[in-house]
Amino acid sequence: MPTSDYDPACLPDLLPLYYRRLFPFSQYYRWLSYGGVSKNYFQNREFSFTLKDDIYVRYQSFTTQNELEKEMQKMVPYKIDIGAVYSHRPSQHNAVKSGTFQALEKELVFDIDMTDYDDVRRCCSAADICSKCWTLMTIAIRILDRALREDFGFHHLLWVYSGRRGVHCWVCDDAARKLSVAARSAVAEYLSLIKGGEETVRKVVLSDPIHPFINHSLSVVERYFCQYAIVEQDILGSKESVDKVLALLPEDILSFPVNANYSIKKGGQYFDKEIMLQYCYPRLDVNVSKGVNHLLKSPFSIHPKTGEKEYYQSNLLYTLLFKRLGAVGCLFFFFSSSRISVPIDLKELNTFDPFEVPTISLICEELERPRADEAEDDDVKDKENEQEAGERRRIRDYKRTSLAKYVKVFDRFLEAMARSRKGEMLQKSDLQKDF
Amino acid sequence: MQFPGRRKKLIGSSQNDLYDHCLQFYGQPPLENISLTEFETFAVERLKLLKTVENLGVSCVKNSEQYTKKLDAEISRISEYEKRRKDHISHFILRLAYCQTEDLRRWFIQQEMDLFRYRFNDLHSKHKTDFLHKNNLKYETVSAEEKKSLQDKLIASSYGLSGTKVEEHDVYKVPFQDALDLVRTRKVYLLAGNAYIPHHEIVTIVLNDFRTRLSKALAMTARSLPAVQSDERLQPLLSHLSHAYVGQDYSIQKNIGKISLEQIDALSGKSFPLCMRHLHKALRENHHLRHGGRMQYGLFLKGIGLSLEQALQFWRSEFVKGKVDADKFDKAYAYSVRHMFGKEGKRTDYTPYSCMKVILSNPPSQGDYHGCPFRHSDPELLKQKLQNYKVSPSGTNQILELVKGMHYQLACQKYFELTHNVEDAGFSLNHPNQYFTESQKLLSGGRDIKKEVDMSQRSQENPASVTRPSQANSKQIFLDEIQELSDPS
Repeated sequence: MPTSDYDPACLPDLLPLYYRRLFPFSQYYRWLSYGGVSKNYFQNREFSFTLKDDIYVRYQSFTTQNELEKEMQKMVPYKIDIGAVYSHRPSQHNAVKSGTFQALEKELVFDIDMTDYDDVRRCCSAADICSKCWTLMTIAIRILDRALREDFGFHHLLWVYSGRRGVHCWVCDDAARKLSVAARSAVAEYLSLIKGGEETVRKVVLSDPIHPFINHSLSVVERYFCQYAIVEQDILGSKESVDKVLALLPEDILSFPVNANYSIKKGGQYFDKEIMLQYCYPRLDVNVSKGVNHLLKSPFSIHPKTGEKEYYQSNLLYTLLFKRLGAVGCLFFFFSSSRISVPIDLKELNTFDPFEVPTISLICEELERPRADEAEDDDVKDKENEQEAGERRRIRDYKRTSLAKYVKVFDRFLEAMARSRKGEMLQKSDLQKDF
Repeated sequence: MQFPGRRKKLIGSSQNDLYDHCLQFYGQPPLENISLTEFETFAVERLKLLKTVENLGVSCVKNSEQYTKKLDAEISRISEYEKRRKDHISHFILRLAYCQTEDLRRWFIQQEMDLFRYRFNDLHSKHKTDFLHKNNLKYETVSAEEKKSLQDKLIASSYGLSGTKVEEHDVYKVPFQDALDLVRTRKVYLLAGNAYIPHHEIVTIVLNDFRTRLSKALAMTARSLPAVQSDERLQPLLSHLSHAYVGQDYSIQKNIGKISLEQIDALSGKSFPLCMRHLHKALRENHHLRHGGRMQYGLFLKGIGLSLEQALQFWRSEFVKGKVDADKFDKAYAYSVRHMFGKEGKRTDYTPYSCMKVILSNPPSQGDYHGCPFRHSDPELLKQKLQNYKVSPSGTNQILELVKGMHYQLACQKYFELTHNVEDAGFSLNHPNQYFTESQKLLSGGRDIKKEVDMSQRSQENPASVTRPSQANSKQIFLDEIQELSDPS
């Protein structure tokens, strides 16, 4: 059977289906409205779309959930990015007096990309990932999640698998969305330990005293290090990689005292800890986190895998199948390995497998499988009005696919935020009543 | 739970209440009436104080013992209330003068911050806490129990913190957004969104707050400025204040005729500051200088002791080598040279430009060679120039760092130190002629040149002065104070 080489050919067929019947619009809208506390929060949000043939459009904005749906179904974006909430509707930014159109708020975001670890992973490089190096993402999530919650006091974090080779974190607290550029950059720098590019060999330098944040991070790294670095990555397995490790140590290492805790320390330097951190500590791109107006890939967007071979292997076969079986029929014969960008459940982090994340063709295919209880649903359909019916159908639809469990994670996230908002409003009204 | 809204307002309170703390954030402008004399005197005195802060900041390590002692000595001894009232009013007056351009604002904010830091550090611990509370800074002190439980973590996060310090001194809980510098460099303990700041570091936080408030206030002041400037009584004073140079102005020529024209080339390499060396070179190469360059250089030459005849000869001989013939020179340029010496027109004896004036006014454009190379040259070109003048690479880097931090006069001072091969210049550079005098002093090996400032000769039309002819007594006192300030001890 033909495989992923046919991606580009499939997306035009699969995406409309995805946006019509599977994309969780109501949850999405609920998220970005943030309880309607701020006026026009959703309306002033910028989205950007990457359309077919790599056409990129910015400053998209929508007034209602319905409009969002209609537009997405019409434009069929290959990729969706979310930007900032502006002072005016982004779609009308040209009509605004220059200088007054400004980005006001946005979630605090982090982007961890596996390519940034190429100098320390042996199993893969560039955009490839495998189960051996995925542990790096697990470590990154554990360290950053703890720090953002415990050190910075944030509560509402949405971790998302980017669809290919990394993870994103959306910090959605009120306080986070209001952070200035300087504050975002300060948070990102606080969380950064790996300094230096190609030219730098020793990228982590620790000195006494070690900050509690680093200690917390080290305890996470230490939990995974043996299994990850020694076993899976096998960093001591070849002369070349052993040399790389040795390059991080000073020449006279053999003469160092080893203290009771078996950490190698000389003059306040912690070489063993530094090595572990260099191999495992999260590498984040400060520039992604800094900008209030920075656009980041949206959850539930697909990751359009741009293949090198963009051709119909057999034009004739394709046309024939299409004519006979329709678009959906082709799905049985063509696969797209474009994965959906899905939320990650931190409770199940240790068992999260990026290769289990559904691809768009999988869920489209799952949609077409017949259902036992379809008959009774049809009765209900007749009674309600079309829009509601459409929505209920959609909810039933994704629930039939592998997308369901990820939408549930998203639902729980939204619930937590809603509860928290309610709590705050109660507090506020208490304060007022006291007077 | 705290209810920040409930504060008693002090309206029409007694003297003591209005200024119940020696330090303030200058949130509220003064509401009383004062005389023009007070307006002027207060403003000038505060300006002198800020200049002193600047000079001390240049010559001593800030907040060192030496710095503090010297600054203590500068603050005069009058009643506390009077001091505070003056402090309040003079600050706001200077805001009017210094809100107008980016450079002025930056300078003003820097000196006011240094002054504030000095005064805050001087406060007793209890007064520091009082100040924070009075100014609504949401900085709670951490309870003793919490301090104990977090002790190890606090010591591991903050610089210079020991167990005893944690026990004895306050630790403040500040929202992390208010302590970004400490967060960014991970020099503070964070928990649940709060930064735990030890007592000795709270000043950094408070200073950031001060800077933000002042910066916003200056922007607002600039917007209301047109209304103020329309008052004729104030307008001249305010425009003078922002360019005021409170120091020796080199208007009275000493050593007239002691420099011969043949010496100038050699002197330009040895004892001229970079700006004048640059101008001299341009003049020699192009046999011409535009107006801005002629003024800046010409007045400088007057200041080092060139006589009018010498100056005329100097300029004519150079211009004639270029496109200007002798006749044209006499018609067009000689007049302006004589004008510089006060022999034409208003007969104003112009004073050589101070560094402030060179840096802040009349920036050079294409084809100009005046200005301050540290301020106005592209860093790459400056680097090349320094290398051409045989400044060491490490020295050049130090200079470029100072330029990056906008400390132009300090950069020039460093240039002095490098070209004269001394560790410490021994003076605070404020004036190109001062550079020359100090250089000559150093090269001739001692204090040969006596400082003679003839008070009675100070011209009343001197544009750099801020005295008024009608107030002879205060003028005399004022001039005495200037004399004290300009005498390097």
